[in-house]
Amino acid sequence: MLLHKLPLISILISQSLFSGVWILLSSDERAKNIAISSSIFSLFLGVLLYLGFDTSTANMQFTENYSWIVSLKINYYVGIDGISLPLILLTLFINLIIVLTANDLVNQQISYYLGLFFFLQAMVVGVFVSLNTFLFYLFWEGMLIPMYLCIGIWGSQLRSYAAIKFFIYTFFGSVIMLLALIYLSIKAGSSSILSFYNLPLSLYEQSFILFALILAFAVKIPMWPVHTWLPDAHTEAPAGGSVILAALMLKVGAYGFFRFCLPITPDACLEASWLMITLSLIAIVNIGLVALAQHDMKRLIAYSSVAHMGFVSLGCFMIYPIFKNSGHLPSAQLALSGAMVQMITHAFGSGGMFLAFGLLYEKIHTRLIADMGGIVQKMPYFTAFFMIFVLSNVGLPGTAGFVGEFMVLVSAAQTNFWVALLAGLTLVLSASYSLFMFKRVFYGPITQANIEKLEDISAHQYIALSLMVLGIFFIGLYPQPLIKIMDKSIVNLVQLALQAKF
Amino acid sequence: MNIASIITTVWMSPLLGAIISGIFGPKIGHKQSHSITIGLVGISMILSFYLGKLFLIDQIAPVNVVLFDWINNNAFTIHAGFYLDALSVVMLVVVSFVSFLVHIYSVGYMHNDPGYSRFFAYVSLFTFAMFALIGADNLAQLFFGWEGIGVVSYLLIGFYFKKNSAANGALKAFLVNRVGDLGLILAIALTYSYTNSLDYTAILEKLPNMAMESFYLTNHWSVNIVSLICFLYLIAAMGKSTQIPLHVWLPESMEGPTPISALIHAATMVTAGIYLICRLSPIFDLTPTILNIILIIGSLGALMLGLVGIVQNDIKRVVAYSTLSQLGYMIAATGASAYAAAMFHLITHACFKALLFLSAGSVIVAMHHEQDMQKMGGLAKDMPITYICSLIGTLALIAFPFFSGFYSKDSIIAAVSMSNLPAATFSYICLVLGAMVTAIYSFRAFFLTFHGQKRFKGNVSDPGFTITMPLIILAIPSIFLGMILMGPIFKGHMLNDSLSSLPLTSELQHELGIEFSSPFFSVIHAFTQLPLYFTFIGFMIAYACYIKYPEIWQANKYRFSTINWILNNKWGFDWFNDHIIVRYTRELANKTYQFTDQKIIDRGIVSGVSHMTYETGKLLRRIQTGYLYHQAFSITLGLIILMFLISI
Repeated sequence: MLLHKLPLISILISQSLFSGVWILLSSDERAKNIAISSSIFSLFLGVLLYLGFDTSTANMQFTENYSWIVSLKINYYVGIDGISLPLILLTLFINLIIVLTANDLVNQQISYYLGLFFFLQAMVVGVFVSLNTFLFYLFWEGMLIPMYLCIGIWGSQLRSYAAIKFFIYTFFGSVIMLLALIYLSIKAGSSSILSFYNLPLSLYEQSFILFALILAFAVKIPMWPVHTWLPDAHTEAPAGGSVILAALMLKVGAYGFFRFCLPITPDACLEASWLMITLSLIAIVNIGLVALAQHDMKRLIAYSSVAHMGFVSLGCFMIYPIFKNSGHLPSAQLALSGAMVQMITHAFGSGGMFLAFGLLYEKIHTRLIADMGGIVQKMPYFTAFFMIFVLSNVGLPGTAGFVGEFMVLVSAAQTNFWVALLAGLTLVLSASYSLFMFKRVFYGPITQANIEKLEDISAHQYIALSLMVLGIFFIGLYPQPLIKIMDKSIVNLVQLALQAKF
Repeated sequence: MNIASIITTVWMSPLLGAIISGIFGPKIGHKQSHSITIGLVGISMILSFYLGKLFLIDQIAPVNVVLFDWINNNAFTIHAGFYLDALSVVMLVVVSFVSFLVHIYSVGYMHNDPGYSRFFAYVSLFTFAMFALIGADNLAQLFFGWEGIGVVSYLLIGFYFKKNSAANGALKAFLVNRVGDLGLILAIALTYSYTNSLDYTAILEKLPNMAMESFYLTNHWSVNIVSLICFLYLIAAMGKSTQIPLHVWLPESMEGPTPISALIHAATMVTAGIYLICRLSPIFDLTPTILNIILIIGSLGALMLGLVGIVQNDIKRVVAYSTLSQLGYMIAATGASAYAAAMFHLITHACFKALLFLSAGSVIVAMHHEQDMQKMGGLAKDMPITYICSLIGTLALIAFPFFSGFYSKDSIIAAVSMSNLPAATFSYICLVLGAMVTAIYSFRAFFLTFHGQKRFKGNVSDPGFTITMPLIILAIPSIFLGMILMGPIFKGHMLNDSLSSLPLTSELQHELGIEFSSPFFSVIHAFTQLPLYFTFIGFMIAYACYIKYPEIWQANKYRFSTINWILNNKWGFDWFNDHIIVRYTRELANKTYQFTDQKIIDRGIVSGVSHMTYETGKLLRRIQTGYLYHQAFSITLGLIILMFLISI
């Protein structure tokens, strides 16, 4: 097919970078139009990737491999499989939403703001396509810069504290990861990630590598107890930044589990699985409770985001006890597919709520739940959208949020009843904090004067929110296309992850 | 048309109506909104009746219709599909019938409401979700419908969202339901892990083989696997079908518009739990322990919650508590393995309870949205249609001979008396006392509303045609449905193929078949049994207190103040939830946030590390003095240490 001959991935990354520069240099008025058309073009490239993608194999596709720094054996090596493709499509989709709503969320230096998001898009896509360790690391750290600037420049009152906290926290994790990556490439004699998969490593080596990797990834996800940067970063970031943070940045951490931890250090993962499951359950239950105690709406959404990401790490590491209990590969596959689906669907629930809250914040300029109430009377359409995001966050069947949680929960029962019960508590907890917040913000009589003056959302905001809602219902009602894309890669990954390496 | 396209049409047309009315409602106006939704639900109803003819009268074999794959990989397959047999079709008929009438009724009841088209969208959406639940051929789709009806119920209870009480009631309903849903999802997960399937046919075939297997909750604590799964299904059923202690949301659901109380909180949604137990009856029959628990929970609910109904003054709350009590009867019936009797009562109850709620709604409309019965009285003359319909509903509810409720409720009590389970005696006592309580609260409400002194100013009259017509239509099955259905259900074995076929159930079914062989014979037989006399006593108490000697009753009321206090506090369930569960959960939440999250992790460890780095830097800075003699000293010191190390 012609599609396979095109270097689509490189085109996508360079197009994002080029658009970023172009937008930076244009005036504020023109920036918006360039951004929208660039974003649609990126999405078009994404669709081409999807159309050319062969779902019947677990091999890397659309690969490009060029020598880059010969002396260090570093190649420009990219490609996608069933795990990275959905995340790439998600990245492009979320960026389009951000671009569509940029004018409503930011009032100053729009062109810089939009440009940053295209750099960010290039970096995030880069992380998902890199098959070379150092290329991966480059994009991984590269992501921090636009995000740091985004929080630092367009954030609210405590932005510089949040930005520095965000940067140091995540950077701290990554540096140790670099050590592990260097060790691996020396040992393998190549810096291709795929070459690490067959590398025999002793349990001792694996444990150190896993520790270094998990530190980096767990901070990004974020897992309890290294999550405390997230509420601050989210709260202080502008709405677009929060959406990217929730929808994409957290996913790169989980992606690291899929791409590095499980296939490279399977035996160490087996040893650590109970610890990781425990931490995930703490995230689900404990952070769920913490969310209940929030007075700041954005902080509440941020904590709920952490609680839901707990399902991703739970699904990843549950494959070990499942396999030990049942000896049945398909059950482990179910858990891992669930984790993967949860990564995608989380973007719609949390991302949607952050986006919608951003639109609301621009009108009322407060984040405190106590300062709101009765908004539905003034903004019925907006409330309907928000309700759908909340329901997806709550994991209502038929919305996206249900699919991943359901798959993880169903497989959890095969490991241990108590794990399933604790994870299942999210049904009650997420409903409690989400709907309790919804009730206080949207229902009841209007008490504040500024809510009296609110007007409902405008046409293009309606379009942006509708896109998110379409995504929620599409995945919720018909997840099969998504499952099909990732199926073969998940099967392959489960085999790698359950095979002893020495 | 083949069955697949019929059931798809039945399922999809309410959804279409909901989408049109929900999204375009404000543009197309009230009239179009209700015409479209009523028309589409009407199509569903007609086709459901046709399916009813096929499956209930012609009794064709069950049909499994697979629509599309929801998830399908080599590990896991879930599809959307329908399993049509007598059990699901009879539910389809009941739901579509009541839903259609409630749609029509709402035209009058919701007249000029600002949320008019939104209301019709919700009701149609509810019908769609309910169809998904009852028609499902697998547990995942059942869960979809199960949560779907929960969320529509949430939206409808909070329909008047300006009122804080409505918003609180909606939240409470959703959260309590979610506790039940947690039970359901765990049950589904366990079922899947033992059968590798979620399809009814497969799990009902495989789970009985597990009847002897143990499940290790911990290393030393094991339970029977089927018992555990059934217990979790029971929790699910308790949430939706409002059994103690998860019943607390139903009274508060009365904040919603009355048509909704009739459709969702009386006739259909709350029966989902009974349906679930009946659907899975072959595995419930395997666990006598769980059946005993069900019997106790159900009959306690039937008696205790009926008693609370006696002290309510809000006309809708009386009917709500009566629903709680009747659901207790149905659950108790499933506990006694009388699944057919439970379904029978479910069907007749749907008709007469919808009738009672809609009559209450008619009174509320006539009284300009006054719901307090103490401000009513003497409405009989001015509202003849509502009066007669209410009377029919009340007689059906208290199980007056020849009315539909008589046959279904008597069959439940008879089944419990025949049961051999240890809890059956206790249950029988509760249910017979419950019959008396039912008569007391029903006639108390009836007399307070329609008889005695007029306790308000102004004139009232029967509301318009769209309100009274559904009442009249519902009154007909409330009288006759019992007589018509008792034959097919107990003697014709209409539902038997869908229910458990273990000896426990089939012997009971056989005995019920003898007792309920003809409508007249069972009435005569009832005179040899206790329930009828207790009902009569209940009626006499209500008559004496509210019609014959109201003065004496008023004068002696204080003697019952303790009981009154207990009943007014609804046995303390709400107090327990508010002051123990909610309060301590919130306290725990605050503690976890302030202490673990903020104090230890964030300020302690995270800021601690940065603080430590800063302090160490400050210390190290002191060494970098820049004086020559300091540096010379450290060089010498280093040299000495180095030489010392080498010499070793």
